Amino acid sequence: MEKVEKEPLLSAKNRKLLTNPLGIDNPITVQVLGICSALAVTVKMKPAIVMAISVTVVVALSNLIIALMRKSIPGRIRIIVQLVVIATLVIIVDQFLKAFAFDVSKQLSVFVGLIITNCIIMGRLEAFAMANKPWPSFLDGIGNGAGYGLILIIVSFFREFLGSGSIFGYPVMEKLGVYKFGYEDNGMMILPPMALITVGLIIWFQRARNKSLIENK
Amino acid sequence: MSFLLDKMKKIEPLFEKGGRFEKLHSVYDGFATFLFVPDKVTTRGSHIRDHMDMKRTMTVVIIALMPALLFGSYNIGLQHTRAFGINDWTLMNMFWFGFLKILPLIIVSYVVGLGIEFIAAQIRGHEINEGYLVTGMLIPLIMPVDVPLWMLAVSVAFAVIIGKEIFGGTGMNILNPALTARAFLFFSYPGWMTGDAVWIEGLTKGGGLDGFSGATPLALAKLDGFSQMPSAMEMFIGTIPGSVGETSTVAILIGAFILLLTGVGSWRIMLSMTLGALGMGLLLNATGGNEYTQIPAYYHLIMGGFAFGAVFMATDPVTAAQTGTGKYIYGALTGILVVIIRVFNPAYPEGTMLAILLMNVMAPLIDHYVVQANIRRRIKRVKTA
Repeated sequence: MEKVEKEPLLSAKNRKLLTNPLGIDNPITVQVLGICSALAVTVKMKPAIVMAISVTVVVALSNLIIALMRKSIPGRIRIIVQLVVIATLVIIVDQFLKAFAFDVSKQLSVFVGLIITNCIIMGRLEAFAMANKPWPSFLDGIGNGAGYGLILIIVSFFREFLGSGSIFGYPVMEKLGVYKFGYEDNGMMILPPMALITVGLIIWFQRARNKSLIENK
Repeated sequence: MSFLLDKMKKIEPLFEKGGRFEKLHSVYDGFATFLFVPDKVTTRGSHIRDHMDMKRTMTVVIIALMPALLFGSYNIGLQHTRAFGINDWTLMNMFWFGFLKILPLIIVSYVVGLGIEFIAAQIRGHEINEGYLVTGMLIPLIMPVDVPLWMLAVSVAFAVIIGKEIFGGTGMNILNPALTARAFLFFSYPGWMTGDAVWIEGLTKGGGLDGFSGATPLALAKLDGFSQMPSAMEMFIGTIPGSVGETSTVAILIGAFILLLTGVGSWRIMLSMTLGALGMGLLLNATGGNEYTQIPAYYHLIMGGFAFGAVFMATDPVTAAQTGTGKYIYGALTGILVVIIRVFNPAYPEGTMLAILLMNVMAPLIDHYVVQANIRRRIKRVKTA
């Protein structure tokens, strides 16, 4: 019999799986994955949060499922197997959103379906779930989904606040009365290029605070 | 002057290492070299230090911009009198009126831009670069006169930080900072960069003459208002609505003459860009398509910001192509793109800004292929010999 070491559910190592993706191993700002959807769905905060939750659910569950089957997946067709799992989960999420949050689902339009191609998910499956046990894989999925969601929320906050003058659809700028002084919403914040620049600024900020992230030349 | 020099020398130790204002060394250095030609000489080897350093280059460009600025001032006054039906203003009245309207734009541009440059230089321990001297003058000249000052400040800050400092400051930027500022404003607050009111002082607040339209020739051409377009002579001299400094082709040509005489601006780019636009215009004349393609090809050179872009923007030594052959390609493609965007893109009446920015991005690629072609050619020569 193989000796099984019992590990507490939230050991220091497992906690790291949850917290690292929020900061020093963030999927967007450090691994630079999933940029495409980060640019597309961050115009308003509400869709961004729904998107963040959807991606978290899909990453966590697909990580879990793949980790459970990892020993029986033939190496040569593993990508197809992974895709089938992801696609199934994405369709479930998509149908769920259509049933219970139709307006948000409409705003997100194709981007829910495009979660299938989100690099973070494939990346985590390949890099983590294929070589780890189900529970750590699940935590890794939650962590990466949350790290992705965190950036989405930060970016969408700035884009909605500066681009549409509101937060969560609440017209903050109008209530403050700044329009009377000639203030205008910045139209460029709504365009995708500004999302890229905002993500870039977050990366800049993070690296300025955490020098260990800066690569040696 | 010697009084000033003595003063500068006297306070210099304060800014040296160990001095009280050590941290502000680059500020001191910036002012000292702005006022006097540096007396530093090389101690070894045969390096020749030319007085034509970056500061002198920038000064020449500023001088070359003066005709456009002066004419722009006059034109603001002129357009104002036309829009509001004022008949009794003399030339001096118009000039002062316009000059006082431009002055705040220039001040805001310099204060915000230089402020950021100073801070960035202190943080990095760099010298303060004079790259912003020209940018700071270009920005007001390519803005509509009625643009709100805070918007100008925001776009200047964006251009200097995102367009320039992030890449490492003067000499490292990919995009022309002045055009970055304009593009930012164009996409952020389109209401203040297009339409037919912003180009004339006071019109945005209403009160113009009935039936008066402040539309630029480009906007008229876009909206099939060919019959209302000003005459070619008017567009050449510049008594038309438009951004502050770009309306007068004559004033810009005087600037171009100064740049070419001193060798500061690249004649290759100016020439090839003009030929590119002219060629594309003639081609469209021949092929047809819509009504816009039928305007005389030389109109493209005198309408909108083409002349200003070709002389002062596309020739920016940092963002343009560096190789001789590359400059021809870069200029010609820019000229061609200007006309294509103007004629075929319904959303953008003016193509100069976008064409130059796009070609800025392409310039390193052009240079790469020019250099590679040269290497291949020379290898071939070695082999055959």
